[in-house]
Amino acid sequence: MRKPRNLRALGVTLRAYCGNLIMNNRIQQAFQKQDKKLLNVYFTAGYPRLHDTVPVLKALTAAGADLIEIGMPFSDPLADGPVIQQSSTVALQNGMNMRVLFTQLKDIRNEVPETPILLMGYLNPVMQFGVENFCREAAAAGVDGVILPDLPLDDYVDEYQEIFRRYNLKPVFLITPQTAPARIRRIDELTDSFLYLVSGPGTTGGANTQAEGVQDAYFQRIEDMQLRNPRLIGFGIADKASFQHACQYAEGAIIGSALIKALDGVDDAPAAASRFVSSVLN
Amino acid sequence: MTPTTYKEPTARGYYGQFGGAFIPEMLYPNVEELRDNYLTILADPEFQREYQQLLRDFVGRPTPLFEAKRLSKKYNTRIFLKREDLCHTGAHKVNNTVGQILLAQRLGKTRIIAETGAGQHGVATATVCALMGMECIVYMGSVDMERQRPNVERMRLLGAEVRPATSGSQTLKDATNEAIRDWISNPVDTHYIIGSVVGPHPYPDLVARLQSIISEEMRKQLLEKTGSELPQYVVACVGGGSNAAGAFYHFLDEPSVQLIAVEAAGHGITSGHSAATSVLGKPGIIHGSRTLLMQDEDGQITEPYSLSAGLDYPGIGPLHAYLAAEGRARFISIEDETALRAVAECSRLEGIIPALETAHALAALGELGAGPNDVVVINLSGRGDKDLETYMKYADSIK
Ligand SMILES: Cc1ncc(COP(=O)(O)O)c(C=O)c1O
Repeated sequence: MRKPRNLRALGVTLRAYCGNLIMNNRIQQAFQKQDKKLLNVYFTAGYPRLHDTVPVLKALTAAGADLIEIGMPFSDPLADGPVIQQSSTVALQNGMNMRVLFTQLKDIRNEVPETPILLMGYLNPVMQFGVENFCREAAAAGVDGVILPDLPLDDYVDEYQEIFRRYNLKPVFLITPQTAPARIRRIDELTDSFLYLVSGPGTTGGANTQAEGVQDAYFQRIEDMQLRNPRLIGFGIADKASFQHACQYAEGAIIGSALIKALDGVDDAPAAASRFVSSVLN
Repeated sequence: MTPTTYKEPTARGYYGQFGGAFIPEMLYPNVEELRDNYLTILADPEFQREYQQLLRDFVGRPTPLFEAKRLSKKYNTRIFLKREDLCHTGAHKVNNTVGQILLAQRLGKTRIIAETGAGQHGVATATVCALMGMECIVYMGSVDMERQRPNVERMRLLGAEVRPATSGSQTLKDATNEAIRDWISNPVDTHYIIGSVVGPHPYPDLVARLQSIISEEMRKQLLEKTGSELPQYVVACVGGGSNAAGAFYHFLDEPSVQLIAVEAAGHGITSGHSAATSVLGKPGIIHGSRTLLMQDEDGQITEPYSLSAGLDYPGIGPLHAYLAAEGRARFISIEDETALRAVAECSRLEGIIPALETAHALAALGELGAGPNDVVVINLSGRGDKDLETYMKYADSIK
């Protein structure tokens, strides 16, 4: 183990280290005690207003969301469609940044003790914040996992894996219909949380334009690979019907853009978030 | 430690700490396919035969190396202009698009996408797509569509669809974002012809190799005209850096040749309206590459500014970031006004109206410190027809 820099870091490091030994991460727990399909929801931090982050998060979990992905807004989100792009622009204009986000999340585990929380965003803001700083702050806030779509696997292994482990943060990687089988196996090996199955070609929020059966054949092909990690299907899941359909092929599904749309222009974002989750689950 | 060659990146696409391929998984298969095949295809004699033939008969290469006697007299040194403005479509960009369309065919692609700033790369892409009968979609920032209108019309005439990019500053960066998103949505049939030495590996190396014909010809022409293949200075403007990469390429490992990269200072380096990345940038990731990048302290990419649409980009190619870090190239930045004056000077002294991008390289003449016995080659990357509206608008500055 590397020598921690100060007492706080020592605390975090020890907790994370013990966590690795005796208690697994909240993401793994959520899948272990799973008795139903899991709903993972994504929303952008600081959207629609700067201080909506925590109230929206609480409303989502209270309404039954099983995992939460908090989007860290970026000026140039390449993998995102217009809805998440727009929410990112608004959040940045609202003054959201990494420091503000970690301040907002400081006491989140007093209020939302069990629901897994993941941070999703792009590599550049994390690099500028400092990868080690980022992991330390995330772990201190009680974050469980990180999704950075533009972090290459090789770079993760060479430069990030050791740091992520030290803070008990689980990386989540994407798999697409074009990902080669050998690469899927490698991603599965590097993962001990869940695999993020991108439903089809396109950025977030896109509709499924594939010919009938193509998508299901892909989901089935992945299922037949008997991977060690559970899977969640995302991109283009928008409502109860598409959620339930995706759940036939995975342990659950991820909804992002549709929720962001439901928050657009509302006065009471937590109430709208709650209504949205209910509409998917009930 | 001085590297043995500046030309070639590592297997993972790094020039020193710059380069790499920071792409979402959706792009991985496409980029991997390109990475695994580009060197083999480029080395294939049949590819080379077709590429060289098109460069000669379609593009009009070799482009002349013209001794600019009146400019030489004014600056008291010996100045040559490498006439990339005489390439078909009016700029160096077509060297790259001819190569990439042949590559795309060999990869079995049927649909071509591109980004464009000044519109020169868009026109060059639309041109080769027309030549090969391929579908062509060009993304262009709405601001650039306005300021480079003649090129929008040229692309349409050539049968391309021009799609406006309306996010951010609505310029080159945003057009590139949209092109990348298109590629994510069309992962099987589409090839993305990137217009500069930017983007994920292998693009920077691919585009540099396709543009390297510029310095290959320069060496032969210099030998003929000066008795030596090596000049003292090679000067080129840098947006992403493709014309500079092509002009520098065969001189990179010749330490006696000073390489001068000229960036756009816009309203001035400290004005908040600039595109001088080597001065204002820090290492960061843009469009899949780790390079020098204009960004705020939170790592958000900041909006660049230059009057010149082709230089209005917040990054530079990773090769150039490396050349800057190693001190192998000297970076100079030129403000809008100075570039406009260089337009007038080159037009009136040499009878050549340069592109606004190119004018930045010409404007660096005053800052080189070249002596009467030195040979200076300026890469005249493009002609100024596309900028006529801008030149008319700023007629007072150009006087
Ligand atoms: C004439 C001309 N020169 C230079 C550039 C800048 O591009 P690069 O730096 O890739 O050569 C452009 C880009 O549009 C251009 O049209």
